[in-house]
Amino acid sequence: MNGNEISEFITVFLMLIGSIISVISAVGIIRFPDVYTRSHAATKSSTLAVLLTLVGAFLYFFITESLVSVRLILGIVFVFLTSPVAGHLIIRAAYRSNVKLADSTVEDELKDALHQKD
Amino acid sequence: MRQQKTNDIILQTATKLVSFIILLFSFYLFLAGHNAPGGGFVGGLITSSAIVLLLLAFDLKTVKSILPVNFIYVAAVGLLIAIATGAGSFLFGAPFLTHTFGHFHLPVLGNTELATATLFDLGVYLVVVGVTMTIIQTIGEEE
Repeated sequence: MNGNEISEFITVFLMLIGSIISVISAVGIIRFPDVYTRSHAATKSSTLAVLLTLVGAFLYFFITESLVSVRLILGIVFVFLTSPVAGHLIIRAAYRSNVKLADSTVEDELKDALHQKD
Repeated sequence: MRQQKTNDIILQTATKLVSFIILLFSFYLFLAGHNAPGGGFVGGLITSSAIVLLLLAFDLKTVKSILPVNFIYVAAVGLLIAIATGAGSFLFGAPFLTHTFGHFHLPVLGNTELATATLFDLGVYLVVVGVTMTIIQTIGEEE
């Protein structure tokens, strides 16, 4: 029973860390000044939170019921692939529709690069 | 504002990879429908969502050259399959839509249980894909 307790501790630990990170991500969405920094908080840490929770669930079912859930593996790969792309697209749309950067911004390199072309 | 030149390489590369995962998952759901959550309806919706993702990343013409199918015919073929599996029970003197199953020995899979309800599900799947894609392509076409 001792090994089972250790494995349960690992899954609980992963899920706890995942939920703490998702709370941190939510706080970041509220407290950051503009769209770009908010999406930085939203995409990176929420992805990590979801991944940790899914890995915890996968390990739990693997250890307690010795069930390899292919759907959870696919979900991990899928979230890992798609959520940065989604964040990239949202922020790109925001930049193209001229959403202002925060006042504390020092440099806007993309603006120079876009205007150099024409 | 002047039209900026679009460069969707990140979206297109991600779409090329992800649409295969979505298609695989829809196929899995279609086959799993007998003993687990899933079936023809959800499988068809997920397949059409993979095609919609392709439509978002590329344009209508490219997707039409990838999938040279008229989706109205897909829906019609699906209905035909569903009716045929229902009417097929007449050949054995059973009431309409009677389904049976049997155990077969397949070369790779071994002993598998094959049910005629899967064929009916295939009809549902094709109807859902056909109707969804027809609606979206009709709305998406300009003018």
